Amino acid sequence: MSLGLTLEGVHTHIGRYHILQGVDFDAPAGKTTMLLGRNGAGKTTALRTVMGLWRASKGRIALGDARLEKLAASDVARLGVGYAPETMAVFSDLTVKENLVLGAREGPLDEKRLNWIFGFFPALRKFWLSRAGALSGGQKQMLSIARAIVEPRELLLIDEPTKGLAPAIVGALIECLKEIKATGVTILVVEQNFRVAVEVGDEVRVMDNGRIAHRGLMRDLAADQALQNRLLGLSLDSHQ
Amino acid sequence: MSILDAGAALPRPKIDLLPALTPVVVALAAAPFIGSFSTFLTLTAAGLAMGMMIFTMASGLTLVFGMMDVLNFGHGAFIALGAYVATLVLLPLASWSSADSVPLNLAVFLLAAVAAALVCGALGWVFERLIVKPVYGQHLRQILATIGGSIIAEQLLYALFGPDQIPLGLPRTLEGSFVFGEAAVEKYRVLATLVGLAVFLGEMLILNRTKIGLLIRAGVENREMVEALGYRIDRLFVGVFMAGSALAGLGGAMMGLYRGQVHATIGAEFLVLCFIVIIIGGLGSVGGSFVASILVALIANYAGFVAPKLALVSNILAMVVVLIWRPRGLYPVSGR
Repeated sequence: MSLGLTLEGVHTHIGRYHILQGVDFDAPAGKTTMLLGRNGAGKTTALRTVMGLWRASKGRIALGDARLEKLAASDVARLGVGYAPETMAVFSDLTVKENLVLGAREGPLDEKRLNWIFGFFPALRKFWLSRAGALSGGQKQMLSIARAIVEPRELLLIDEPTKGLAPAIVGALIECLKEIKATGVTILVVEQNFRVAVEVGDEVRVMDNGRIAHRGLMRDLAADQALQNRLLGLSLDSHQ
Repeated sequence: MSILDAGAALPRPKIDLLPALTPVVVALAAAPFIGSFSTFLTLTAAGLAMGMMIFTMASGLTLVFGMMDVLNFGHGAFIALGAYVATLVLLPLASWSSADSVPLNLAVFLLAAVAAALVCGALGWVFERLIVKPVYGQHLRQILATIGGSIIAEQLLYALFGPDQIPLGLPRTLEGSFVFGEAAVEKYRVLATLVGLAVFLGEMLILNRTKIGLLIRAGVENREMVEALGYRIDRLFVGVFMAGSALAGLGGAMMGLYRGQVHATIGAEFLVLCFIVIIIGGLGSVGGSFVASILVALIANYAGFVAPKLALVSNILAMVVVLIWRPRGLYPVSGR
């Protein structure tokens, strides 16, 4: 069983800006938690703070019993945290294979796991020795997620996986997220596409102005249009 | 067939050969102005040797800048230090240098080169920890701190070795020239070319065939993501900085022997050339630096023969022309 993530009173400053202003939420072990909110609410900052890419100025972040808030990103990753950033951040000059080799920090690539990944991202097998920079946006997103899961993880942080992708690719990504979820990994996903959030999310946390404005079950939020309007300024219908 | 060996289906990007051919184009363009083939051959061989020595010095600088985003104006101090370390080995072992024995002559050269690289690599670690580490991510402070560090290093060299030039003779086997018809190519230039090629091939092998190399290439493009994958980038930084300093030291030792004398200003003199080379080559690109080093050295040699006054500005002119043609250098690195 994987480990759950907890944030208590987390503050993050970026330069003069006070972005996270006391964030409290949890991502239960083995579940997929969606982190939603309007643009600028602090979702990406929350993920980067968990990952150690921005340092929390105050508060507690824990993965199971391990404290993360003072760790460097490399040490957070070594605790079993995989990260697929919003920018995808694939290494353009490296091949698909080389990108995945770097993702497998513990040792050589596991062919069985690769086959599992190729099952939902066949393009990665096809373009195995191609430069990542030559891939399409959707393929880069697949590579970014594949790199994050190329080894078993305790926690997976995924930032806007469907951003700018064609509907067909979004469908493949949804299937992928469901498959990963089935392995029991704790997943925290920042997502703007509400339909995707409803399809893959067990839990939901909604951020607003650097704080958590709502926490509950994803299906409850999906069923409550008034709450969606209040929290997100949208209705599910408008995104279907 | 194993998945790991599967072939690529996406068309491979075209290999951009044009920048690599620029030294050939320059040589062919210069040939008619030089006239005599033997002179052309001598100038070209000298240019290649000089280019390889410049590459040895500059390749470390381009990796340090490309990966660590550090403008290391202290790089020249390691070039000078390498030259002085070579004197510390060669002068006490003068009997090996002057012996009528090829193995002894080559051994003393090898000792000097290895000692220069090792000492500079080790002091590179000290320089990185004391001077560079506190100013990561702050370019203006990096410039000030590394210039300050290089001034201190230069003054320390003056204090330790005195202000005068120290003569540095070549081992006996490396004196003289190979003669091809009417053309003479100095033996040491052939050796310098071979050393530079070995450095280039070694770097390319490490960068393309090892996981450390993969990490360096990935780090040049996106340091943050390398760290987010669980690799301790600061350790990699230190390793790259030490390797860059070691290469500067090796290049300095080679250059000291080439000139036959050592002075503390040799570092500052070649630092400018190193910066020109890494800008022309494309910041962070080892292959680009290799081509740019040969290009710059050939142009300087040809211009020095055909139009000596032009030689004074030939490097700057070469940089301007290349940057007009390719604003990010001959072989730009993604993310730079």
